[in-house]
Amino acid sequence: MTFLKINNLSVDYQMRKETVNAAKNVNIEVNKGEILGLVGESGSGKSTVGNAIINLIDEPGKVSSGSVILGDINIHENSESVLKYRGNKIGLIFQDPQTSLNPILTVGEQLIETIQTHLKLSKEEAKNKSINLLKEVGIKDAETRFDNYPHQFSGGMRQRVVISLALCCEPELLIADEPTTALDVSIQSQILELIKKLTKERNLAVILITHDMGVIAETADRVAVMKSGNLVEIGETKKILIKPQENYTKSLVSSVPPTNKKISRFVIIEKENSSKKENNIKILNRWTKKEIIDQDLVQVKNLSKSFEDNFFTENSKNSVMAVNDVSFEIKEGESFGLVGESGSGKSTIAKMIVNLFKPSSGDILFDNVCITKIKQKSELMKFRKQIQMIFQDPYSSLNGRLKVKDIISEPITLHNPSISNIDLNNYIYDLLESVELNQKSAYRYPHEFSGGQRQRISIARALATQPRLLVCDEPTSALDVSIQAQILNLLKDLQEQLNLTILFISHDLPVVRQMCDRIGVLKDGKLCEVSNTEDLFLKPGHKYTRELLRLMPKIESIYN
Amino acid sequence: MLVVAFVSFSLFNFVGDPINNMVGEETSDEERAELRKTLGLMDPIHVQFSRFIVNASKGEFGISYQLRRPVSELIVERLPATIELVVISALIALITGTLLGVYTGINRKGFLSDFVLAVSLLGVSLPTFVIGILFIYLFAVILGILPSFGRGEVVDLGFWTTGFLTVSGLKAIILPSVTLSLFQMTYIIRLVRAEMMEILQTDYIKFARARGISENSIKYKHALKNGLIPVITIAGINIGTLIAFSIITETVFQWPGMGFLFIQAVQFVDIPIMSAYLVFIAFVFVMINFIVDILYYLIDPRIRVKGDVASG
Repeated sequence: MTFLKINNLSVDYQMRKETVNAAKNVNIEVNKGEILGLVGESGSGKSTVGNAIINLIDEPGKVSSGSVILGDINIHENSESVLKYRGNKIGLIFQDPQTSLNPILTVGEQLIETIQTHLKLSKEEAKNKSINLLKEVGIKDAETRFDNYPHQFSGGMRQRVVISLALCCEPELLIADEPTTALDVSIQSQILELIKKLTKERNLAVILITHDMGVIAETADRVAVMKSGNLVEIGETKKILIKPQENYTKSLVSSVPPTNKKISRFVIIEKENSSKKENNIKILNRWTKKEIIDQDLVQVKNLSKSFEDNFFTENSKNSVMAVNDVSFEIKEGESFGLVGESGSGKSTIAKMIVNLFKPSSGDILFDNVCITKIKQKSELMKFRKQIQMIFQDPYSSLNGRLKVKDIISEPITLHNPSISNIDLNNYIYDLLESVELNQKSAYRYPHEFSGGQRQRISIARALATQPRLLVCDEPTSALDVSIQAQILNLLKDLQEQLNLTILFISHDLPVVRQMCDRIGVLKDGKLCEVSNTEDLFLKPGHKYTRELLRLMPKIESIYN
Repeated sequence: MLVVAFVSFSLFNFVGDPINNMVGEETSDEERAELRKTLGLMDPIHVQFSRFIVNASKGEFGISYQLRRPVSELIVERLPATIELVVISALIALITGTLLGVYTGINRKGFLSDFVLAVSLLGVSLPTFVIGILFIYLFAVILGILPSFGRGEVVDLGFWTTGFLTVSGLKAIILPSVTLSLFQMTYIIRLVRAEMMEILQTDYIKFARARGISENSIKYKHALKNGLIPVITIAGINIGTLIAFSIITETVFQWPGMGFLFIQAVQFVDIPIMSAYLVFIAFVFVMINFIVDILYYLIDPRIRVKGDVASG
């Protein structure tokens, strides 16, 4: 039975110069008891559609045409009519549970207020209802947790609270906007299970907005694909993912890293043309290439790092062991992956290897020299030159006030102050072309580039000193899948041509499988196991690894 | 506090010879030396300083050179006037500032908002004494409805003299307190406005909207409560500033408070009063910051938890 019907919905953003159509004539139907997945890359208008259903579009955007029919009532008759459906018939869940709860009201206050807004219940009844709801979404000790403030809950628990708030007035339609993107895999699977369970029990109609194909494959009954405001394709999840009809859907599906096998390169349908195929890593000529010797480039020995919570209580119980007695080696020329959930200490290890943090105890040997014990600045510089890092967020890791040229030239002139201007310029051009950007980019500012292009600039900057070790800290997790595929391809090519050693840090197991030769699994600062990639995925040794693999959303699950 | 005490103590000792100021022309050198001894001015510096601290903590700051009365007595006499002025203007600044701030934050494009903001710009840029004089000219000279100086009739409650109980006293406090509050008010308007605008964009407000919470509750319960947290910090600091600013306002309006006393003391190089005033202001600042920290703790649950961890 069709419950929600979106007819020809368009959303316009009236800008000073032009009108941007964030959604164009979108037609979607959702049935009761069904989860409809709404996928697309950033800017595709999927969240816009979700928000437009309850007319929650930020200024200056507005719903310009179309109707939303819930049951048999057009709730978009006028701008006021939709207000009484918000929270009442339609519940909404946002992406980030850290920010979607009011920090200075208790969870209970927020629940009671919402309930009393829509249902005629006394405070006592509302409280009982809230506690039952909290129990239903899986919060233990609901009676005491009721009086807690949001910051006293963990991320996953907060998202449960958010769900209970969205459900507290018995809505029939639930719109979940990236409900698990900010969460770890293990919590993500719990939340998705919860949403599935509630859908069945309450016979809800659910719209699940996400960019994660794995999540779609595991939860959605039907899927709608969006691209730049248009609905590209809609149909049963199985059909769309296995036999996509439209080119865009095909390329989207093919850039998702498969979880069940290792592929040599990602197939990029849209951009891959013949001219790109030739070797265009221009800096190869300048690269003083090191032959790969069969040795451990990096040795990490009994590394520990603790963060003291308080200046006065050093070594007390308050100190957190971010990294606890970790040892591993990275062979020259290999890609070593470190995986783990948030707080597992993977980034802390990376920062100690590039010498941004000092370890509390233990040693790091680079090329058989202990870099943690270097005191002299000039000695340290030598190592800094050989180890470079690529950060997660391409927006904050580039200085917005410098031109790309200056960003890249900085490390070059630092390590080679005598370089002539012409040489420097040519070097920068070569670097830019090696990461598939054109020479003109050198004279533009970072904000003129997209996320993927910025990450390319970051890579060019990291390569500028001709490092032997590249530390990539979640280099693609802020990017869309198709861009991610391009960047991963680029990193693979560079590694092959330049004999780079890569330490690849990620929470994303499928990506790690594609990128790495060996993998170390971290949990709470401890190393669970280290093994070859295929061994790890086929016969994981540690209990935690098996758990992670079981929980990771698999796009292949669609074949079952 | 100690630093300020030391500065005011230095004032005492190094700005001119206190004896010279106290005695007349015809006093002989022997008499001066005698006086020096009895006043303990021959002792080493640190002994003098510790004595100053001990006395100050007992509320004794010596004797005013000019008025020849104990400074502590003078301060107690003037204190009520200043406190009343500062409290009234702080209240005016806080209440009006918050109200207007909320209004301009919510109705960003309205004519009234633009008007308020334009006027508030005047409030920031015009110095207090200009505003004070303008007010006197307008309300006292042209319209003649409000007194231009003094406190009006005051009622003596024994330990406190108040102007609140008489009509003329109430009338008298209007102009100086409004003048004094204007600067702080504009500050608070702009702060609250910026806070409200920022908070109305946050996810939890969006989520509250999505749950169908009424607009009024969103604005005045969800948003305003969050928006007031920084206001408390600023207001705390500003109440201190108000006391400092009150020097000018009190002078303009001939308000018989501590600021006026201080100005007069400066004119006559009456160092005991000046140093006592400095120590007193420092004390007020410290107390206010302490109170603000406690308020913070009560209002923001996030700090409450941090406190628990630190203490336990």
